[in-house]
Amino acid sequence: MADFDQELDASGLNCPLPILRAKKTLNAMGSGQVLHVVATDPGSVKDFDAFAKQTGNELMESKEDGGKFHFLIKKG
Amino acid sequence: MEEKKLAIIATKGSLDWAYPPFILASTASALGYETQIFFTFYGLQLLKKKLALEVTPLGNPGMPMPMGMDKWFPVLGLTLPGMQGMMTSMMKKKMKDKGVASVEELRDLCQEAEVKLIACQMTVDLFDMNQAEFIDGVEYAGAAAFFEFAGQSDICLYI
Repeated sequence: MADFDQELDASGLNCPLPILRAKKTLNAMGSGQVLHVVATDPGSVKDFDAFAKQTGNELMESKEDGGKFHFLIKKG
Repeated sequence: MEEKKLAIIATKGSLDWAYPPFILASTASALGYETQIFFTFYGLQLLKKKLALEVTPLGNPGMPMPMGMDKWFPVLGLTLPGMQGMMTSMMKKKMKDKGVASVEELRDLCQEAEVKLIACQMTVDLFDMNQAEFIDGVEYAGAAAFFEFAGQSDICLYI
């Protein structure tokens, strides 16, 4: 997994909390910075993809590892 | 990117039906939508400072019952005193166990994200409700005010 500037652990949280927490964290970050989100909600895979497409942030990576979902989002 | 708009009418005042308006409104805000929820009739319960929302299995054959309770409690059994309270606590526990946010938390997130919450003035009068019962930040208006926003919205939902 590439470098990131901030990490958000959304494990155990269900829809829509991972997205809402990620959005809040991104708000406090600078353009071009990368956020690493860890989630356990299987629905978050499609949701983060849709979130990135609609908000102009870039989903650099999305993968599953050991039952957890990892997302790298670059702030647009 | 021009800001999109979402208009929601919330008409139901039970614990389960409290979720769709607040989940959709908070998510839409995170996606950059300008969002308003117009609360009318039983939906006004969702704006109370102290929420006392319950679920009822009555008249709701789609509600999954824990431990095969539907087998042991036919419809008449569901009318027993205390049954609604019991179903409500079971539902709340299940939601907590599954990491689902509470209604209060989602409502706070909506307010934080500047979702506009509007109470139907007519219903407030009809049910002799008092504005002091409602959370701060609620606006009071009628149907025409709703259409002013809903008429320009990209998505309009009746819940």
